[in-house]
This record gives sequence, structure tokens and C-alpha cells, in this order.
Amino acid sequence: MSRLDDGLYAAMLQRGMSRRSFIKFSVAVAGALALPATYAPRIATAVAAAPRIPVIWMRGQACAGNTTAFLRATHPTISELVLDVLSIDYDETLMAPSGADAELSRITTMEKHPNGYVAVVEGGIPLADEGVHCMVGGRAFKDVVREVCDGALATIAVGSCAFDGGLPAAAGGPTGAVGVSGVVPGGQLVSLPGCPLNVENLTATIVHYLTFNQWPATDGRGRPLFAYGALVHNQCERRPHFEFGEFAAAWGDEGSQKGWCLYKMGCKGPETAANCPTTRYSDGTSWSVKAGHGCVGCTTPRFWDAMSPFYQRLPAPLPFAPSVTADQVGQALVGGVAAMTVAHGALSVVRERLVGPPKHGAPVAPAAVEATAAEPPGVPAEAEVEVVETLAPAAVEATAGEPSGVPVEAETEVVDTLADEPRATPGASSGKVG
Amino acid sequence: MARIVIDPVTRIGGQLRIEVEVANGVVSDAWSSGTMFRGLELILKGRDPRDAWLFAQRVCGAATGVHALASVRAVENALGVTVPRNARLVRNVIAGAEFVRDHVVHFYHMHALDWADVLSATTADPAATSTLARSISDWPNSSAADFLGARDRLATFVKSGQTGPFANGYWGHPAFRLSPEANLMIVAHYLEALDWHRTFSRIHTLLGGKNPHPQTFLVGGMALTPPWGGPSQALPGEHPSLVERNAPTALSPRGLADISDLISSATAFVDQVYVPDVLAIARQYGEWAGIGTGIGNYLSFGEFPEDDSSQPALLLPRGRIMDRNLTTLDTVDQAGIAETVAHSHYTYDGGDGVSRHPWEGQTAPRYEGPKPPVTTLAGSAKYSWLKAPRYVDEPMEVGPLARMLVGYVGQVGAVRDVFASAAAGLGGGPELVSGTLGRTVARALEAQVIAKRLAGWRDDLVANIASGDLALADITHWNPETWPRQVQGYALGETSQGALGHWLKIRDARIDAYQLIDASTWNASPRDDRDHRGALEQALVGTPVEDASRPLEILRTVHSFDPCTACAVHAYDPQGRGPIEIRIVPGGVG
Repeated sequence: MSRLDDGLYAAMLQRGMSRRSFIKFSVAVAGALALPATYAPRIATAVAAAPRIPVIWMRGQACAGNTTAFLRATHPTISELVLDVLSIDYDETLMAPSGADAELSRITTMEKHPNGYVAVVEGGIPLADEGVHCMVGGRAFKDVVREVCDGALATIAVGSCAFDGGLPAAAGGPTGAVGVSGVVPGGQLVSLPGCPLNVENLTATIVHYLTFNQWPATDGRGRPLFAYGALVHNQCERRPHFEFGEFAAAWGDEGSQKGWCLYKMGCKGPETAANCPTTRYSDGTSWSVKAGHGCVGCTTPRFWDAMSPFYQRLPAPLPFAPSVTADQVGQALVGGVAAMTVAHGALSVVRERLVGPPKHGAPVAPAAVEATAAEPPGVPAEAEVEVVETLAPAAVEATAGEPSGVPVEAETEVVDTLADEPRATPGASSGKVG
Repeated sequence: MARIVIDPVTRIGGQLRIEVEVANGVVSDAWSSGTMFRGLELILKGRDPRDAWLFAQRVCGAATGVHALASVRAVENALGVTVPRNARLVRNVIAGAEFVRDHVVHFYHMHALDWADVLSATTADPAATSTLARSISDWPNSSAADFLGARDRLATFVKSGQTGPFANGYWGHPAFRLSPEANLMIVAHYLEALDWHRTFSRIHTLLGGKNPHPQTFLVGGMALTPPWGGPSQALPGEHPSLVERNAPTALSPRGLADISDLISSATAFVDQVYVPDVLAIARQYGEWAGIGTGIGNYLSFGEFPEDDSSQPALLLPRGRIMDRNLTTLDTVDQAGIAETVAHSHYTYDGGDGVSRHPWEGQTAPRYEGPKPPVTTLAGSAKYSWLKAPRYVDEPMEVGPLARMLVGYVGQVGAVRDVFASAAAGLGGGPELVSGTLGRTVARALEAQVIAKRLAGWRDDLVANIASGDLALADITHWNPETWPRQVQGYALGETSQGALGHWLKIRDARIDAYQLIDASTWNASPRDDRDHRGALEQALVGTPVEDASRPLEILRTVHSFDPCTACAVHAYDPQGRGPIEIRIVPGGVG
């Protein structure tokens, strides 16, 4: 079935957009997916020819930040997404009908397109007390999610709350919030954490499916490698300053004004896997470090606990000097993960008291491993993982270019090498939480 | 008597359920129920107060940035910090841009489909639409070809059988009254506004690193910096610093020029598209100024500090109007605010007859409503996750209408000017800016006031930096060792949806209690201990409902408040030092 006549390409032509501009869009998407530009024509053809995929976008314990990010989509733009690429059949922010009529839109799509629609979940999913902490249409949100995702072609978890419970699941949260994988085990799930997600990663994920008829390769936590396969630190435009020991040491000081490394101001870039520095936000306009504030690690599992206090610098087991290499930083990461794991042990106790013990037997995330460079010396490539709860950021750098490549499988032994400065957490240090 | 349940209410943020009783074609009673709760209070307790804004910001991802601002202000208030002038100006630009964009998005994407019929638009004559559009505005994209393109694009979409967000709308409802041409004009601008707001959001990404959730706030100021030596030193041709590679930073010459252009695009869109469209709708739906009038008590905390003193003058002033008496402006004291839980899913020591100031607040969540699946709230005394805030026991309406009326009564020149210029379009003065329609008109007029002011703040910022003042943060109190052992603070401000207050207590450099009352806590509040309805509930009473199976009119009044029940959060101190409370309620999409 060809929709060349009324698809995106036709619509763009109708709006006076040249073929050249359309190809430019395709090149941009190819770039976001870390594909060679030679893929652009294939993307263009596929997107223009594809039928509009029905989308059911569900919002639970959320701030609507991912919805808002979606409205700012650039490649394609939001109006193109709505009119030409997707069929946004259910989205509480955009849809005209309310109440039972809104529910009808959702039910109709599920009946007409069994296993043929994309379920998008935004926000945490509370399990405590039969789900009374989030109800939609009078039903517990968890039940709606289960029902919709079970019949979906695929589920995309947008933002950190749908990824692992996010903010409502942070230490002390009383509602038993979990991410999608805590409610719908199995099934095709792509997770796009971030607070909010970078919408370019969502559109690129969808375009990848339209082009290759499969979802992008992901790491062990379902995060696409094209977006979450490299550390922020390794892509950061301020990285050379790090190498030369040039740091901002106080807000507004000479180093800040000269755009030096924000590591000492608490930047979490060295432990965070995301493409913020290269994709940036709002069509490449900026990202937090460019604007002068450190990364807070929002794509990292349990980042509200694992990465806070946000202004405390990461543990620094290595002397930072010009001679420090990327490999050594990779080695330092393992120490950081160990510190996080220990700190999180205390949080787990808090959580257990509130929401019951964590699920055991869940797949263990690959620990932070840099795979592009040579293996960090001293880190066994294959080893048993021993963590209190899956917390390790799956920072796996895979080589780009192969869209359907499998995630690099590497497991790292997290030995009890507590770094010099284990980060304090509210639960661990004050003893007040919970 | 029929009972109508609307759940989920769409085109808002958060989860809102509305139940109304209808008698003789008119709403006779109404219940507003927030159906989502996150529990941020327990999460915030014990954290570093300098981190609080990152958490509090996530109250709302649509009215994004304003909760971050309220949070840093509350901590600054506690620590006695006054931010540098540059930081005040940057914050004004960020918050002001937020208001303008939110108002535009609210009107076109949350509210316009309550007034304009999308299906009717596909039958419009593009040439006549062009004539209509040019009669009310000199917006350039108003040719017959422009509207032909929009109509055909829409028609293609409708014919595809996949009508996405427009499916199951109340198209053809007798309460729709615009001509096909007016409908096409509004729907074409719906699409233009989608693209405009996306581009305009770059102003936040420049100043905040990203949008939503700009990430450059600091307790004490902003993390942004001018380039070393100030922007004037970074001459064209000079080797750019690493951070300037690929894209300019906000306070570089190119960044500041970008910000200028984006502000110009905002004033153009508001003046030439948004305001004319709203006035065109107002002319056709004039009786809606008399529908949804509600309680008539208006509260504004005020926003946009215009000087660097501890009690700055505000562009939009603080004040209170009672019983819609437009001759007197009453004062506002945060001590007059208290909350009740008589109809909320919480208990108080002392029972449901007690009301508590946020600092004396107490929260023990206890859900006593029907377990899901819920068919009706009838018979449930407690029916919402929102508490009921009151000002000296009175329910209040907050939001653009409150701010514009307070500004008008308070003789604010910029506000009086937009009322005067809109009077011809409205066919009258501020007395017509009332009810369901009044909220929608006031929102557009406010966007005009703020969009105009944005350029001034930007110019002041450029001039101040050029004068050699490069400071964006006062970090004398950054180190917690400089803090008193116990201290408390608060901040009163505004979001695009209305009045916002944050309160917090710090003990031993940790958050001991954190509370906030958002605009939609006021507007979408349930009944209080005296059984007085909240603002939205009261406004719904008297709203006509022509067809109970398609309650379009109810959505008009609900949406006129721009409600967002994104969250309601309460705390309980497990250490037994007495309960503390944090309320995070409604932020707002749009």
C-alpha cells in the first residue's frame, strides 16, 4: 500500500517544501539514529510510504513534561507527526473528546488494530492500595496500561517515570510507583528515559521502525543504543577542559565564564549515558551544560536517588590531570557504580518498608562499560554481577552504523571498592526518610 | 435530574474528573475531583534545599520553569538572598516566555476546539476566509492560497479515516456558532500555533539548556554566564570558545540576538493572531461572559519583579477582589491562607472542621472513596486528592482573569492599555471580561501585556551586562555551613494558570518540610469544611447543557480555567515530630 500521494512527502510538497528539504529532514533523522547519511533516501521513502501508525498515549503519575516535549518535536515537526506520520488516536492533551468519548477513541483503536498500534506510556504507575493513587476514567491506571500494552505492536516508555517509576518511585515515595516493565513484563518495550526525554529520540525511534520494520537495538534496559550508547562526558564539548584540568570551581567564576568543565560543580556527565551533547534540545539549540549547569544524570536508573545531591561532585578516585585518559575514566566509573550500589542499599531498605521488597529475578542491567575504546584495564569483560538491586547505568558504547546490532553484552563484577566519596543520600545520611 | 460524569477531562494536564447534575438543561451542582497523587513530600524531605527546585519543577512539565522559580525563591527567602539584577531579568524572561507560550498553547490546543468546529472548517471558502482574516489582522499568512492549503490538508486528513485527536469530537453540536470560514481560520492557526510555539520554545532552551524543565536555576541566581569578559568582547571572527562551538550560548552576541528575534516573533503572533482570534470568538459567543461567572473572589499573588529590592514593584500586582467589586483592591497576606480536608482524601488531627496554614499543615492521606472501577462519586463525602485552600475561609479564583482584574483595579498602565485596545473588539469595557469567556479573553490580553514587556527585560539585561555587571548568582550563601540551623521561607508568585505559593522549612541544612499550593489547587478545589464549592465547581453551576450525551458547554467552562491537576502531594513525618505537609497540586498543560 503506497501512501506517497497523501503521506508526509506529498504533504510537504503541498506546503511548498522542496524535495531537497525533505531529504534534509531525512538526513537529520539519520543523524539522530547515528546512521550514515546514505540511509536518508531510504528513510524518506519509508516514511512517505508508511501508513500512519495509530498511537495510544497514556499518562499516569506524570508532570506532562514528555507530552510537552512531544509538542516541541522538530524532525518531523509536531504538526507533521499529527497529520502525516502518526495517528494520535488517544492523547489526553491533544484529543478533542473527553470522558466516555475519549475512552471510545482508545477502545476503537484497540479493536481495529490489534497488535498494530503503538502504546506510549508517560509517568509512573502506582501499585499500592489497588491503584487509587492514579485513576483514569474511574479505572486504576495500572489496569489501563496492562490492557493497552498487552495488545500493542510495541510499547514506548517515555521519560524516566515510565522507565523505572522515576520521581514518584524515588526514596520515600508512598504510592508504590513502578515503570512500565513493572506492570507489563515481556512484550516489545523501548524505553526512552530522561526528564523529560529528548523528543528527537522518540521520533527517531519511530522513524527507525518505519524504515527498517524493526525497533532500534537497545541495551539491557531497553534503551536504544543510538541515544543511550555513549556517556555524556565523552561527547561533551567541554571535555577537552576536563583533560587539561580546567574546571569551574564556583558559580560565575572565571572557569564558568570560560566554559570550563563542570565536574566540580556536580555534573553527572561522567556517569550518564545519553546523547544530549550531540543531539541537544530544540533542534540543536542547547543542552544543560552548554547553558552553564551540570548534567543531573536524568537518563540513569533511579537518578533522583542515585545522582543526588546534584551539586555534590562525583566520587573522584583518580587524580584529574592532563594525563588522565578516557580508559582511566572508564575504570573510575566502576568505582562510582559501586558507591551508588552501596548507597542504594540503604534506600532499598526504605523502599522495602514502604512498598515491599524489590522484585528478584529481574534482568540485571549491564554495568557501565565503555566498549568503543579499548577495554578499561583491570575490568573483567565477563564476570558475575553482584548488585543489591539493578542500579548500574547501562552505559554501553556500541559502534554506530549498524541499526539492528545487538547490544554489547558485558557484565562487570562490582567489587566492594568503595570510592573515596560515596555520595550522601537523604535516606542514607539523615535517617529521616521513610 | 441527570448526572453527567466526565473522566478523563482531556485537553488539560493531570487527571481531572468532573461530575455534574443537570436539571432543566442547566448544571445545578458540580464536583471537581483530582484523581492522581504522587507523594513528593516524603521524597523531598531530608534532601539538600539547593536540589529542591529540580524536584519541585517536576510538579508540572507544561507550566515548566515556574515551579523551579518559586522553589529557588522560597529557599532564597529563607536564607536572605537577593539575586543579582541579571538573574532577575533572565528569570523574568524565562517566566514571561512561559506565560506567553502557555497562553497561546492553551487557547489553540486546549480550548479552541470548544468554540471552533473542525469538520465545518473543511467546507469553508478559502477566499472568504482570507477576507475575514484580513479584516481583523494584518498577519501575513492570510491569503486565499494559505487557507486553501490548510483546508485541503485538513480535508485529506479527515478523508483518510484516521482522524486521530479529532475523532469523536462534538462536531456539529448546536452550540458551535462560527461560520465555516471562521472555523477554518481558527483551525489553520491551530496548526500555525503548533509550529510557532515549538520555535519560540528555543528561548527556554537557550536560557535553560532545555525545554521543558529548563536546568539553569540556582539558589542565588542562575547558572548561565556571559562569555568571559562579557558578550561585547566576543567579536565576530574571534576564535569561539569550545562551548560556543556548533551553537551559540544564550548570553553571547548571537544568543542575545536570537532571543530578541524570538521575542519579536511572540509579540507578532500574539498581536496579530492570538488576540484577534480570541476577540473574533468573543464577538460570536458574547453570552458566555455571563455564564460560568463563579464565585467572584479573585486572588493574585503578583509576578515579575521590576526592581532589585526585597519588596519589588511587580508588573502584575498582588491583590484581591471580593464579590466582583471592581472598585476596591484588598491586600494579600500569606498568613491568611489555610487549607481544609473535609472533602479530600486526607485526615487532620482535630477532625475535618479544622483548617491549617501551610506551615502548620498536616497530612495523613487516607483514601475513603470508592475503589476502582469508580462509576460515581455520589455519596462519597471525600472525593478528591486536592485539598481545599481558602483565603480567610473564602474560596478564591486565581489565574489570568484575576490578575487582569487586579491590574485593572490597581490602575496598572499596561493592563489598562490592553483593556482599552480590546474594548472596541469586545463592544464594552472590563465589565464584559467576565465568566467563561472572560477567562479566555483575559488570558489573551495578559499574553499581550507580557509579550510586550519581554523585550524590555531583554534590553535591560543587555544594557546591564554591557555596563560591566556580569554577575548572575549571589553565592555568598551557597555553602550550607553559612546557614542558620533552623530557618523557613516562602515565595508567592504566579504561573500561567494562577497564583502559586511555596513554603519550606530547613533544619540542619536539610529540607524539613516543603509545601506548595498551586493555581489549580485553588481553582479545581473540592468543597471546604463549610461545604462551599471551589471556583470551578461554582462556575459550572448555571452552565447550560443542551445535549447531556455531548456536554460541550461543560468543557468550555472547565477549560476556561486552564486547569492542571498534575499532582497533589502530602507529607507525613514518620519520626513523630508532628506531621508535616507538602502539597503539590496542579501545574498545567498549556
